[in-house]
Amino acid sequence: MSQFAINLLFVGASFLLYIGIAIWAKAGSTKDFYVAGGGIHPITNGVAIGADWMSAASFISMAGLIAAGGYSNSTFLMGWTGGYVLLAMLLAPYLRKFGKFTVPEFIGDRYYSDNARLVAVICLIVASVTYVIGQMAGAGVAFSRFLEVDSTMGLIIAAIVIFFYSVMGGMKGITYTQVAQYCVLIVAYTIPAVFISLNLTGNPIPGLGMFSTHTDSGLPILTKLNQVITDLGFNEYTADVDNKLNMILFTMALMFGTAGLPHVIIRFFTVRKVTDARWSGGWALVFIALLYLTAPAVASMARLNIMTTIYPDGTDAAPIMYEDRPNWIKEWEVTGLIQYEDKNNDGRIQYYNATESFAPEAEARGWEGNEFTYNRDILVLANPEIANLPGWVIGLIAAGGLAAALSTAAGLLLAISSAISHDLIKGRFNPNISDKGELLAARISMAVAIVVATYLGANPPGFAAQVVALAFGIAAASLFPALMMGIFSKRVNNVGAISGMLAGLAFTLCYIFVYKGWLFIPGTNNLADTPENWVLGISPLSIGAIGAIVNFAVAFVVARSTAEPPKEIQELVESVRYPRGAGAAQDH
Amino acid sequence: MSGHSYDAEKYWKANLRLIGGSLVIWFLVSYGAAMLFRPLLAGISVGGTDLGFWFAQQGSILTFIVLIFFYAWRMNKIDEQFGVSEE
Repeated sequence: MSQFAINLLFVGASFLLYIGIAIWAKAGSTKDFYVAGGGIHPITNGVAIGADWMSAASFISMAGLIAAGGYSNSTFLMGWTGGYVLLAMLLAPYLRKFGKFTVPEFIGDRYYSDNARLVAVICLIVASVTYVIGQMAGAGVAFSRFLEVDSTMGLIIAAIVIFFYSVMGGMKGITYTQVAQYCVLIVAYTIPAVFISLNLTGNPIPGLGMFSTHTDSGLPILTKLNQVITDLGFNEYTADVDNKLNMILFTMALMFGTAGLPHVIIRFFTVRKVTDARWSGGWALVFIALLYLTAPAVASMARLNIMTTIYPDGTDAAPIMYEDRPNWIKEWEVTGLIQYEDKNNDGRIQYYNATESFAPEAEARGWEGNEFTYNRDILVLANPEIANLPGWVIGLIAAGGLAAALSTAAGLLLAISSAISHDLIKGRFNPNISDKGELLAARISMAVAIVVATYLGANPPGFAAQVVALAFGIAAASLFPALMMGIFSKRVNNVGAISGMLAGLAFTLCYIFVYKGWLFIPGTNNLADTPENWVLGISPLSIGAIGAIVNFAVAFVVARSTAEPPKEIQELVESVRYPRGAGAAQDH
Repeated sequence: MSGHSYDAEKYWKANLRLIGGSLVIWFLVSYGAAMLFRPLLAGISVGGTDLGFWFAQQGSILTFIVLIFFYAWRMNKIDEQFGVSEE
């Protein structure tokens, strides 16, 4: 059987599984869990959050960025897990007690203002659309490889599949489908990692393997990796970073954003009790950590494997002939995501970091520039092929990558469409809209969001995980402070919250657009996106943390100089702080 | 809640104290050990690199899990103690 057929088989089988579960769960649902009033067990809920959460960014893109950046990209690992600590302690239990279904609803009620709700809707849409752009970029890479087409075609196919998947709607809402998606994606992610860890170190646990001894060389994996890549002019993998400020702010933006992204917060409303909301956060992180503790091992081991593939006889010897290149390079060349140019016409693949300090050595070896480039988003998908694992593992990772991209994209599109149809159109412009009209508006907004995201995803403002990081920055600067102040301060009022959200959002978006292009349209940026141009060395990916501080500060100052919230609002804040009396979440 | 306003205040203070303590640890393992204090911990080697690197790629995540479960467990105890739990 060809690899293409195996991939189709695995992807097809996983889709049948999701559809089957959706049908089965629907049949049993009327008395099983609808009666329980959203009573989903914290562990089940934790798994569902894991599926919702781990997107193309986590699955496809993140390890590739860590492989390229080493220590400096640990920010993704800490940011996307540490946010759960904030979520579980600062938001989830209280929002569960409040008992509404959407984030704009909470903000609208707490700040007793339809305008606040409107601003929250805008923030939600901007953050979620940005997030979907990242998903599109990642899903496009996955489809282009497994259907063996170029990357633009892959993106268009991804858009069509995501559209149908999301319009089927109900499927995504069913927790058990998400449990299945989680299982597919975690198995797909960890199995190749375990094989590779066993191959390289003999240790079956990747997270331990990456700190163990490399069997071939007798050196620790990371020492060996540092050696190999510095021989070729790259920075040390474990090297410390100079710009700690930017690193800290970036991690902070990811953490605040995690706690401010509506599609995750909504998940905490489906548990039965406030205490369950607390436990859910812990379980969610356990299931997420299974991938996040494995990702850095995948990153370092794949980087080492790529190097030993191209330099089979060591970095001092000549690299492989282009003719003898392994199959995975040939196949990824089809997508255009791996490129080779024989600059010195010797038929070999010289892969190195062509910096000034490396120039003398390159010249001595007759190298005329780096000849090999690969898109970082391919690393996880190519990983099993790089390590020569059997065909079924490759098929499995195809299914896993698509499960990750689809489940999150569908969740985000639902958040966008419900914000537009429910919070915006029904809540604001046309309260008398029929259910049918509301549903139609939801579908149309979903379609528009996909078209916009596909257009921008063709020339994404970064790799999948970086685009997603921008979405987190936007959520961090706009929604997170408003939610947190809504619970921890009785003094912040409607004007304060609205000015805070607008200031945080505007500040963050402007800073991002100056470097990434206005509305992310390529070529419209005012300054090149390079560290020399960044204010105080703060990258557009990190600015969300400053945006959040701006939001907090503006809200406090404005609230202090205007009237305090009415008595009943202060009582509302008081009541969300105590678990007693939390009923089931009310239907909207 | 009006009849128990004194207790309610104490309950909220206890919650804030617990959150504060947890967030200090949250900060120390990620922003501290993995970033700011990494140079200070450079002498402690872990599998071919240093302790700060381990915290950045493994240790902080493991600590976060423990923190959330600890918070949930302690908070449920405090709920009971102040009689504000749901059941």
